[in-house]
Amino acid sequence: MSRKTDNTQTQESPDFDPQRRSFLGAMATAAGLTLAPGVILYSITKSQPTEARELYAAVSSDVRWGMLIDLGRCESGCDDCVSACAKENGLRGHGRPTTDAQWIRKVDIKDPQTGNSKSLPMLCQHCENPPCVDVCPTGASFKRADGIVLVDKHTCIGCRYCMMACPYKARSFVHEVLEDQKSFAPRGKGTVESCTLCVHRIDSDRLPACVEACSDTGGGAMLFGDLNNPDSEISKRVAKYASQQIRADLGLKPGIRYRNL
Amino acid sequence: MKRIIYSEIDGNSKPFYALAALLGAFVLAALASAFYMEHYGHYVTGMNNQVVWGMPHVFAFFLIIASSGALNVASIGTVFGKKIYKPLGRLSGLLAIALLLGGLTILVLDLGRPDRLIVAMLNYNFKSIFAWNIFLYVGFIAVIALYVWLQMERRMNRFARLAGTLAFFWRLVLTTGTGSILGFLVAREAYDSAIMAPLFIAMSFSFGLAAYLLVLMAICRGTGRELGDTVILRMGRLLGVFVGSVLYLTAIQHLANIYAAQHAGVERFILLDGGIFTSLFWIGQVFIGGLLPLLLVYRTPKQNLQRGVAIASALVIAGGFAQLYVLIVGGQSYPLNLFPGMEVSSSFFDGAVATYAPSLPEVGLGLGGVALAGLIILVGIKVLRFLPTTLANAAIDPHHEVTTGRP
Ligand code: SF4
Ligand code: SF4
Repeated sequence: MSRKTDNTQTQESPDFDPQRRSFLGAMATAAGLTLAPGVILYSITKSQPTEARELYAAVSSDVRWGMLIDLGRCESGCDDCVSACAKENGLRGHGRPTTDAQWIRKVDIKDPQTGNSKSLPMLCQHCENPPCVDVCPTGASFKRADGIVLVDKHTCIGCRYCMMACPYKARSFVHEVLEDQKSFAPRGKGTVESCTLCVHRIDSDRLPACVEACSDTGGGAMLFGDLNNPDSEISKRVAKYASQQIRADLGLKPGIRYRNL
Repeated sequence: MKRIIYSEIDGNSKPFYALAALLGAFVLAALASAFYMEHYGHYVTGMNNQVVWGMPHVFAFFLIIASSGALNVASIGTVFGKKIYKPLGRLSGLLAIALLLGGLTILVLDLGRPDRLIVAMLNYNFKSIFAWNIFLYVGFIAVIALYVWLQMERRMNRFARLAGTLAFFWRLVLTTGTGSILGFLVAREAYDSAIMAPLFIAMSFSFGLAAYLLVLMAICRGTGRELGDTVILRMGRLLGVFVGSVLYLTAIQHLANIYAAQHAGVERFILLDGGIFTSLFWIGQVFIGGLLPLLLVYRTPKQNLQRGVAIASALVIAGGFAQLYVLIVGGQSYPLNLFPGMEVSSSFFDGAVATYAPSLPEVGLGLGGVALAGLIILVGIKVLRFLPTTLANAAIDPHHEVTTGRP
């Protein structure tokens, strides 16, 4: 089975685990039932919470999904990745910037001493040692075996402790009633959410929406792939070129790396 | 010393029911606020994605911290064997439970999904200090209940000291746990400090005793029970010591942070140019909540002692709220430092000081928690024997000189 493990489309993944597909299947089932968002969502998990967890757990830890983002190719003012994410996951603002959710955002940085400035996309860094997971009282924040950090919308009680703990401001609290949700990206008022790395796409061999948009219409700055596979393009590039993790001093080992920072 | 006689309060009076009704109204208002927030979502509050914990958390932290401190009075009497504090122990247990329940209620009602409380009870992440705290709180209530019961049941009195000791240590762990909720957040410069746990313990001693003094004086005044200056003098002095410790540890907290070069930014923000937070720190926390009460407890002339200590206690509480507001809201308002040394901007307020204005429902929820604590105390002293019939000097102090003419 051919599996796209990064956007160079050269990879074969011999260890593809069919159970990953069943995770997607479960999500699709959930989708079919999500007629009244929020309400139905809750009842679905009530009936099968453990199943969902097992499916998450079935993901292989041989894989470590990550991203390499080249700031040399990322333009200030371009936000193709941001709009692609919003479209894909059904994020819509309510015109209230302080409470509207942002899963990915463009950050402009400037060195005050030299005037040199850069622009970069900031998203959940899918930390290997995620503090959001450590602090979550119910275990709703969790890390899949393949390194993707997610929130289980059915056990999140909305305490926002994970938002206090995340150093990257990667998480948003759903502050108001949502409509027209995407079936594969369930969201719920009163719970916390963040970038899922488009887990629904990954599980069906597709690239995260932001990465796809960046290579289609943006600067082609984002490379997605398996950091554990030495033959993947991303592994080769991080081996060859210097790259950085943001706030590496915190020791969280983010899965998102940046070049030319 | 005479044998201490405890009794329920009569409570069949107009003022009693008026007070109960008032407190009940506040509790209802809090429930209405919570329902409103839940129905529309938290955007109707002042909280947002930058300041995720706001006014409800200031109230909740205050009550929880004060709760463990309120037990001090019992500990001093039982664990450290100070006779004069003995008669005050039961009320101290009741106050501790009441404050804790008030605080926890606020926390729960502020959740995004309070309806999932049962989920939180069934799923524990044992790595989470938050989850640990839930156990600590529940256990604390159980230990105090046991302690109060052992004191009330004469045959069981001899075990009271054991339970009191247990409660004392439990209390220290609990406050450490509460402090660690903030102290463990390495990414937030304002909290990332080892001093947080001892600071919280000192704060709990101080806020808890202040709350105890106010409640004690209010009850004695309301029920006409005699309250001698001896007790108030002792506890007032003690309050002074605690207030001094909080000031001292606060000074260390900020000095240590200033020397850690990375944290100089957030220190500058709080101490110098943080606007409302800077004012709250210097005027609210340091002056009103620290220096003024110190002056009052040590310098009030004898004839005005009770009034002086009462005012000092109220000021300590006001200062405590200011301190927690600066810590919780101020700490979040200062931007996270993602790119040290860089100027940062984005549509998500990176690099910008966050804005937060407490909304009415948040304040309503907070006040409701306080009212709930009050209501629990009110009902408690009506149905059980928490209070001695008199706390007159001669009744409680074995060394009290027989100068009053009474035996
Ligand atoms: S970036 Fe934040 S939300 Fe994402 S894994 Fe790390 S701590 Fe968690
Ligand atoms: S808000 Fe939800 S995901 Fe975050 S710590 Fe609380 S329960 Fe966990």
